[in-house]
Amino acid sequence: MIRSSRARRVAITLAASALVLTACGSDSDGGSDKTNDAASGDGGTSELCGKNLAFLGALTGDAGALGQNMVGGIELALKEYNDKNADCQIGLKKFDSQGSPDTAPGLATQIVNDDTIFGLIGPGFSGESLATGKTFFEAGLPSISPSATNVTITQQGWTTWHRVIGNDDAQGTADAKYLTDNGAAKVFVIDDGQDYSKGLAGTVKEALGDALVDSDQISVGQTDMSAVVTKVQASGADAVFYGGYYTEAGLLAKALRQGGFKGTFMSGDGSEDPNFVKVAGAAAAEGAVLSAPAGPPPADFGATGLYATQSYDAANIFLAALDDGASSPEEINDFIGSYSGDGVSGPIAFDENGDITESKIYAYFVKDGKLDVDNPQAIE
Amino acid sequence: MDLGALFGSFDNFLSFTIGGLVFGAIYALIALGYTMVYGVLQLINFAHSEVFMYGTFAVAWTFIFLHGTESASWSLGKALPILLVALVAAMVMSAAIALLIERFAYRPLIKKGAPKLIALISAIGASFALAEAMGLRDRFAGWVGLKDDLADYVAPDKARDVFSNPVTIEPHKLFELGGYGVTDVDLVIIAAALLMMVGLDQLIRRTRLGRGIRATAQDPESAALMGVNSTRVVQLTFLIGGLMAGAAATLYMMKIGSTRQNAGFILGVKAFTAAVMGGIGNLRGALLGGLVLGVMENWGAAVFGSEWRDVVAFVLLVLILLVRPSGILGESLGKARA
Repeated sequence: MIRSSRARRVAITLAASALVLTACGSDSDGGSDKTNDAASGDGGTSELCGKNLAFLGALTGDAGALGQNMVGGIELALKEYNDKNADCQIGLKKFDSQGSPDTAPGLATQIVNDDTIFGLIGPGFSGESLATGKTFFEAGLPSISPSATNVTITQQGWTTWHRVIGNDDAQGTADAKYLTDNGAAKVFVIDDGQDYSKGLAGTVKEALGDALVDSDQISVGQTDMSAVVTKVQASGADAVFYGGYYTEAGLLAKALRQGGFKGTFMSGDGSEDPNFVKVAGAAAAEGAVLSAPAGPPPADFGATGLYATQSYDAANIFLAALDDGASSPEEINDFIGSYSGDGVSGPIAFDENGDITESKIYAYFVKDGKLDVDNPQAIE
Repeated sequence: MDLGALFGSFDNFLSFTIGGLVFGAIYALIALGYTMVYGVLQLINFAHSEVFMYGTFAVAWTFIFLHGTESASWSLGKALPILLVALVAAMVMSAAIALLIERFAYRPLIKKGAPKLIALISAIGASFALAEAMGLRDRFAGWVGLKDDLADYVAPDKARDVFSNPVTIEPHKLFELGGYGVTDVDLVIIAAALLMMVGLDQLIRRTRLGRGIRATAQDPESAALMGVNSTRVVQLTFLIGGLMAGAAATLYMMKIGSTRQNAGFILGVKAFTAAVMGGIGNLRGALLGGLVLGVMENWGAAVFGSEWRDVVAFVLLVLILLVRPSGILGESLGKARA
């Protein structure tokens, strides 16, 4: 997902303390590790029976709820598998990075040095993915991320890295399509200058073509939106797309509505947070469209929350590799590369870079003063 | 560069200008705190941004306390009773924080005759400590076992995240000026800032208390010999700066509605800039500097694009200081005529 560059600003000096924190983090996780650990690996069809999958992502901190969603999906898949295969139990080891690119590298070293781990689900976010990708690639550990969407991750040549979610390019293209399909002829595009935001807004601008009327850039932490509101009004735009996070998105939506803007307000997954509605105020947020490359789970699905389905699917791909007879990380990686199947989040297959070949982007709506997370509309 | 965006239509020009004046008024009120302390102590109180930030939280807390957490959208008239309570709360909160800073970050140093640079570092330290304390308020509440009772106020596990007033104050258009609909909220902000500035200016110029402040600013030793209690004057200076920051916080929350533990930083830098631009140590300079900075930012954003607004504002600051090294009005607090 998102949340990369903010935490990035922390100086390198923190790296040392990150290592210390790492040790603490896994200690405190130790309790849950034990309960989740599979019984010692005797008997079983694959040599990997009795071993573990790892999860790396935020379990606490600002984005902790998202990581909990992911673990819910993974544990559901493992439970189903372990119930079916009494002679081949697979465990899960959880590593809490708090979503931080400074904490994740230490945990990555721990993961690659643990030879009971044969595969990784994660990392959760883009920043930590970029910070750890090389470590996992050099160790040959296959990974599938349920949620990291930055375009550049899959351009690094890390052949062990995969994701079951559409990247920011896919989202930007879909967002532009949603706007033009819904009658927007003059779209004003704004971003906050950060990597994620510029990437997403840039794709939207490109995909809009002639429907782009003008663009502007604000800065993170800016609260006075009056200049950009005047520009939007002067351009006669009938829709605004904002690439960035929920705080500025909320302030922008509020200032636009109070400035008399009547058109559609749309933003991406960085803004898809209940706080968007709080900052903008219920009245100004009403009708806003927030896209995300993830849909809600099917009705009878046993886990809840954003990214639960992707995590469930990612775990199932590893388990399918075991059923296929893969007995080493290399064989698993080969299996993932040629995998194609239908997951609960949609059809899954990977291109040569590890990107999912077909991804669905969903539009979420603010309705009756709330972000309606249960009824998004797929952007076809 | 796109001069057309600014000057192409008179309507847009007015719109950019009025939008800038509204924020400039808020800058000016915060700038007062910098300028008064500088006038009296020749110190930059960098912790003043946190004085403002605590005020914004006091406003949001007051609304949560008196209204609840349910999201609502009120007109200015409907919100007025709570807003007035919030104004008092914010002014009390900001003044208390300002006095706290004076008591613990300055007075011990000044008493020992520490160099000005040491006091500056102490101010920066106080600023960080206060901002982080706000970001950790859920932990403090946890220590005294009130985390759940105060959950609406301390935002457990999200204390560093953006914090919003549940009540949105909907501005109503009063009249059109050019193509710009001037709203009641805009008008109240500008009028309140001007009124407070005039009031403070008169207080400094005409009252006994103001004379004490001016005397201490001019020559602390002679003032002390003439019977002015300099510790009290310094306290009063911080108190007045805090009260004005509390008022600025209320106006800011009226317009923006959200704050966070680091919200003071950017506004603090802008207000400090406004104070320097107008002539630091000069009350009227703070007002002028704030309004000029607010308007220049918006004009800069119009001509060059919003990402250039700060560049334009600071280049302007440098240019002004090159021509007038002591700021636009350049007169210090002590030299103000009686």
